[in-house]
Amino acid sequence: MKKIGGRIYTFLIFLFLYAPILVLIVFSFNDTDTGSRVVWGGFSLRWYRKLFEDRLILEALRNTLVIAVVSAVVSTVLGTVAAIGINGMKRLPRRIMMSITNFPMVNPEIVTGVSLMLLFVSAVRLFGGRSLGMGSLFAAHITFCLPYVILSVLPKLRQMDPNLYEAAQDLGCPPLKAFFKVVLPEIMPGIVTGMIMAFTLSIDDFVISYFTSGTTQTLPIYIYSMTRKRISPEINALSTVMFGAVMVLLIIVNVRNGREQDGPKRQDL
Amino acid sequence: MKSNSRLLSAPYTVWMTIFIVVPMLLVGYFAFTDKAGSFTLENILSVGQYSNVFLRSIWLGAVATVISLGLGYPFAYIIAKMNAKRQNVMIMLVMLPMWMNFLLRTYAWMTLLEDNGLINSALAAIGLPRVHMINTAGAVVLGMVYNYIPYMILPLYSVLTKMDQSVIEAAQDLGANGRQVFLKVVVPLSMPGIISGVTMVFVPAVSTFIISKMLGGGGNLLIGDLIDMQFLGSAYNPNLGSAVSLVLMVIILICMGIMNQFDDGEVNEKGGMLL
Amino acid sequence: MKNTIISLKDITVSYDGEQVLGGFHLEIHDGEFVTLLGPSGCGKTTVLRTIAGFIKPDAGAVFFKDKNITDLPPHKREVNTIFQKYALFPHLNVYENIAFGMRLKGRNEKEIKQTVHEMLSMVNLTGYAHRGISQLSGGQQQRVAIARALANEPKVLLLDEPLGALDLKLRKDMQVELKKIQQQTGITFVFVTHDQEEALSMSDMVVVMDGGVIQQIGSPTDIYNEPKNAFVADFIGESNILDGVMLEDYSVRFAGHTFRCLDSGFGRNTPVDVVIRPEDIKVVEPDSTLIIGDVTAVTFKGVHYEIIVDVAGFKWMIQSTECRQVGDHIGLALTPNDIHVMQKSEYSGVFGDYSTFSDEMEEDRNASDEADAREEENPVKEERAEREEKDNEI
Repeated sequence: MKKIGGRIYTFLIFLFLYAPILVLIVFSFNDTDTGSRVVWGGFSLRWYRKLFEDRLILEALRNTLVIAVVSAVVSTVLGTVAAIGINGMKRLPRRIMMSITNFPMVNPEIVTGVSLMLLFVSAVRLFGGRSLGMGSLFAAHITFCLPYVILSVLPKLRQMDPNLYEAAQDLGCPPLKAFFKVVLPEIMPGIVTGMIMAFTLSIDDFVISYFTSGTTQTLPIYIYSMTRKRISPEINALSTVMFGAVMVLLIIVNVRNGREQDGPKRQDL
Repeated sequence: MKSNSRLLSAPYTVWMTIFIVVPMLLVGYFAFTDKAGSFTLENILSVGQYSNVFLRSIWLGAVATVISLGLGYPFAYIIAKMNAKRQNVMIMLVMLPMWMNFLLRTYAWMTLLEDNGLINSALAAIGLPRVHMINTAGAVVLGMVYNYIPYMILPLYSVLTKMDQSVIEAAQDLGANGRQVFLKVVVPLSMPGIISGVTMVFVPAVSTFIISKMLGGGGNLLIGDLIDMQFLGSAYNPNLGSAVSLVLMVIILICMGIMNQFDDGEVNEKGGMLL
Repeated sequence: MKNTIISLKDITVSYDGEQVLGGFHLEIHDGEFVTLLGPSGCGKTTVLRTIAGFIKPDAGAVFFKDKNITDLPPHKREVNTIFQKYALFPHLNVYENIAFGMRLKGRNEKEIKQTVHEMLSMVNLTGYAHRGISQLSGGQQQRVAIARALANEPKVLLLDEPLGALDLKLRKDMQVELKKIQQQTGITFVFVTHDQEEALSMSDMVVVMDGGVIQQIGSPTDIYNEPKNAFVADFIGESNILDGVMLEDYSVRFAGHTFRCLDSGFGRNTPVDVVIRPEDIKVVEPDSTLIIGDVTAVTFKGVHYEIIVDVAGFKWMIQSTECRQVGDHIGLALTPNDIHVMQKSEYSGVFGDYSTFSDEMEEDRNASDEADAREEENPVKEERAEREEKDNEI
């Protein structure tokens, strides 16, 4: 009895989470001239064709991917190095660094967004240069990705046996080599997690990009402008494609993880 | 490694100073200056005119948080009781929608809630009266719950699944029945999860501007919309916008301070490991 | 006097289709300190959890005095458990942990306060009432767990390897303290451990288990002096276990000779296992005795030397206060009292002489010669050596 209740409850929650997505997907195949989101007019792929002919969308997609790759790589390198530094710090400076790191995570996104906008606008006003665009987007994305990288690398450093690095040196390994041979493999899972998080956060970000992009379009910004102006089933097609891509990615990652071992449960927040 | 490694964080420190500390100082600077750059309290004082916007944001954010907690706790509890393999699948399913752009997910609700949207069409089809749902405060709360409930479920699940089974057995052993075990042991021990869940839902909910724009129409202006209007909208006034942002930050800090009162030191130590 | 307080009848328990206990019977007498002793995986913890009510047996019944409590949930049973890792409530302080059970029963504050303080003084933690759990050391947490359970006035206290996490010295102290508390309160203790020394020094009654089956029940001296089979003999202390034949009552043949012994009732020419404790063997001149061999290894153990003697291929272990050199030709003398005869069992031949021990070392040495300084080899070897060392200590 209790079990059945639990199942029904679980089902209802998942229905709540997935129903809108399903509706989007179904109507992306809708054959309609009016662009109705309610009346079913038969199956068609016309909105997909339209989507892939849309030069603006493709450009926005390209921008999004470039920004995501650059900010993931930069924030991973910078963040990993910083995490090692923070790990070696004494209590007080470490606490200060951690507060600065935690700050953008608890601060409302919109406030981070407008503060960065103020920075970039003021910088342009003071030093000249081009107005907001790719440059400011890179800077903003790296900034909000960094804490996530640090917070996924730091625990791995803490867990690491501090004698490992010393043992490597004791056995005749020079310090830098000891780092790459011993420390890096130990913290690799944290680095990878951090990088994946940075990448997905960057792809998905709307609020901060919105305030720092100027006229440059990223995919979320483009989607926003679509929902504001003309509402076309093209957007449904886009959702379906993105959802499909995420599904495939997750399945690949999961199958790979499952094969590696049952492993410790990742904390994907 | 320790001695010279501190220098390694120097680039990060510089970066965060430029892109976190300086921008925050700029917000402060703008909030207390006028357009000409001279000191004024006018911006901060005029935030008072928008107290109804603040109250509405906090109210809707709080309602959404409470609903998320109410729905999310039993759900996380059920998942945590499943076997390990099913737990992983369930958690994957909870996270999957989060990987889809949230504008698109919110847009999906627009198509469902509209006056001639799917739900109303379905109601009409079975002969029930149509219900006006879009552009109401209820729709905004729904959008908040929908978008942020995974942030409630995940930390709750994480504390519940890590909870030491022997502590629960100890409580039973000492004479606690199912309800008593839940109230006296499970809930207090999941406090860190509740707190991080509540924070992770409340903060974005109270500061959102997309959800209110898309589902709330014009009549449900929230703090986020107010800020947006001052920076990229019709009312362009970064000084007022900064003042509103500053007040928003203070409100959230206060709320989090209150939340942390519920968390006594010891559990906190354990909860700290959750991050 | 010896009233049965807990009895397990025909208990069968399986996990994931694997049977841990099958048709298990056990009676526990009121007021006794009973220890369930066995290697890990022998089912001893399962027995304990069945009594506590955390495991519902697939078949069989649990009786408390004369009442069938098989279906009674844990919170309604008059038994309390000390968990392996204490399971103290981390969100409550020492006082509230101890008061937990009494609050559930709705006792008044005054009564609770008095009991908590009594309990704290019993476990020597007076003044710790308002400490947080995380501020306590392992031993202190252990004592809070004991106080918490006793405050609930259980009729039976179940202890699941409670001393396993403590260091050696603390463990010894806690053994004494637990025994004292048991005698003071007169509560029945059911204690689970894999440490035979702990079991022997604390218990009124020891239940030796292996593979979900009771191998022997008896007082510590019985178990040590009269092991029922090769498993018990090997698990409790060091023993040389030899193949023998009971020629007739009071006469047994092993190691190529016939000896007088004190055992009888095995019948004529019956194959048996013969146990000889290393400390019972006397080292004598080779011409004055029947058993003669060469010393192959000597280890100084503090109180005595541990000497391995090769007697026609069978390696004996001897504990002697006299030092011998490797290569010495010596004789081993036995009195009838030193010879314990046991019925053959499924364990016969599993535990033999101490040559397995040396062979293993030999193998390791060869393997490590081949692998030279292969790093992975070391921890395994070290662990094994450590384990053996521990065994030998006992």
